[in-house]
Amino acid sequence: MPRLIASTLASAHGLGLDALAAALAANQSALQPNDSPDWPLATAVGRVAELEHQPWPADWQAWDSRATRLAWLGLQGDGFADAVLRARQRHGAARVGLVIGSSASTIGASESAYRQLAADGGFASAQRQPRLHTPHALADFVQQALGLQGPALTVSTACSSGAKALAVGERWLRLQLADAVVVGGIDALSGSLLYGFNALGLLDPQPCRPFDAARRGISIGEAAAYTLLVRDDEAAAGPDEDAVQLLGYGERSDAHHMSSPHPQGLGAEQALDAALARAGLDSAAAIDFVSLHGTGTAANDEVEAALLARRYAGSVHASATKGLSGHTMGAAGLLQALVCVLALQRGLLAGSGPTAAPDPAFGAAFAERWKARPAQRRIRRAASHAFGFGGNNCVLVFGC
Amino acid sequence: MLTRTVQVLAQAAWTPTAAAPRPAPALLAANERRRAPQAVLMALQAAEAAGAGAAVDLGSVATVFASAHGDLAIVDALCRTLADEPLLLSPLRFHHSVHNAASGYFAIGARNREASTAVAAGPWSFGAGWLEAAGQCAAEQRPVLLVGCDTAAPDGPLQSVNDSREALAVALLLAPPGAGGRGVRWQLQPGRFTPPPGNPMAAALGAAPAARLDVPLSAQLGLVIDVEAEGDRESGPA
Repeated sequence: MPRLIASTLASAHGLGLDALAAALAANQSALQPNDSPDWPLATAVGRVAELEHQPWPADWQAWDSRATRLAWLGLQGDGFADAVLRARQRHGAARVGLVIGSSASTIGASESAYRQLAADGGFASAQRQPRLHTPHALADFVQQALGLQGPALTVSTACSSGAKALAVGERWLRLQLADAVVVGGIDALSGSLLYGFNALGLLDPQPCRPFDAARRGISIGEAAAYTLLVRDDEAAAGPDEDAVQLLGYGERSDAHHMSSPHPQGLGAEQALDAALARAGLDSAAAIDFVSLHGTGTAANDEVEAALLARRYAGSVHASATKGLSGHTMGAAGLLQALVCVLALQRGLLAGSGPTAAPDPAFGAAFAERWKARPAQRRIRRAASHAFGFGGNNCVLVFGC
Repeated sequence: MLTRTVQVLAQAAWTPTAAAPRPAPALLAANERRRAPQAVLMALQAAEAAGAGAAVDLGSVATVFASAHGDLAIVDALCRTLADEPLLLSPLRFHHSVHNAASGYFAIGARNREASTAVAAGPWSFGAGWLEAAGQCAAEQRPVLLVGCDTAAPDGPLQSVNDSREALAVALLLAPPGAGGRGVRWQLQPGRFTPPPGNPMAAALGAAPAARLDVPLSAQLGLVIDVEAEGDRESGPA
């Protein structure tokens, strides 16, 4: 299985892994009251500060949108673009693939175009950019920004997108369709997401509190997270032999409901089983740290709490970081993968932000496993849960 | 470049006609059929047709749903509502707007709990769907249902940035070698490509009984797909 030899992100915590690590170590939430004039809703958001005021390269004028700005900003962290350049030089641009997981892509650009249509009823001339107004726009943009010519794909399965993008990258490497794969998870704040979750009654007016008895829903965040995936033998031959390894992944469907999880978490549990099997592990007891999907909605947290109590060891450190970063939608699966990277590489086990105590309804076994506060300890294996609309579930297992 | 082989067990396509503007897939319950977006109905109709008579149960296959744009009428309605009266956005419309809507409805209708994904690659979306479906088939040695669907841009603002004017859904049931069906060899091939115009799924329709298809994946990379002649059928006479 492949290794993650370089990673970075831009999130509400700032740019780069150190900014994420500092927030996790301090259990410091980046959620702020929403003050956007475009989306006046009483909720908290995990917003990337000053994104709309960052300098924007003149060459990319036709690509200007909040989501592409976020994608671009994310590429600037942790020397990631240089690591991709080295992979390009080593293997050739046609052998470096790109998979981007995104739920809403650049829909915000289309929303904005609808607010200022031209006299002919079409998009205004500056916004008349066919390549920007499509779900593949972020991958198209990142492919050009990094000068990649290998296979490029957008995975869009709502909130499991970023996790599933890693699975696609693993398969491409195994099938020799590419020798290195840039895997990203990107979603920016947009009207669709804010008003959509508002319509579902799933926005917490306060910063979200996953697994809290008083939880009232999600807080939406935004992030662009990236990792560079190479085959294990490739990593072992160089300085990356200690890089975190993707040990397994499991992808399964609930076949139950479009926007509610299966009440017994059937698809989620089968995804966990599949991930463990692929990783060659007999049971979830082998997992030391798990980054929960933990959205803060009544239904998700109840189903996931039961899964945690049923399957993981009492000694596991389980936490949900969406109260720190917000729910970054299609980026969440990859953001949590980077939370696992920090756990494995730095021994930094994230806590659960604003949630003070778990809902007593989840029972003692859940309370034993779930952690409010971060901890520092060396671990060997980490898992991450990502569950999305459509009953689309993905579980990842990492090791070092 | 490495060549791989898959077997095409079944294929189907669906496009609206004056007599049948909206399909009615049996996979959906009657109330869901009334409310579902056209792209979901078309995708499920094509999937159902490919599954009919195939030796593989649609409840047990992995699935890949490819679409450049999702349902453009839904995108149009969503953006209009957000521009005019955002608080009137309906929860149903919001969950219909996710790119994996057809994937989710198919899983429910076919009682399929296997891996399912939804992918996009702009004008290159059919090739991208093929790559993901045939790739999973080769990597996991299991049957994969590929469904591709794109709709027409509705009258209005989207037509200024989107040249799709017809709706088309295609479905291919793929399996690893040894499963019967018609053999198809495929490989990556660098080259120079221009984006195919119109409905991105039209790229799927060039497959004559024995033909070589060049399906672009991007401006610099394509797929070469070689469809074997009937006489080359793996299950046929030696």
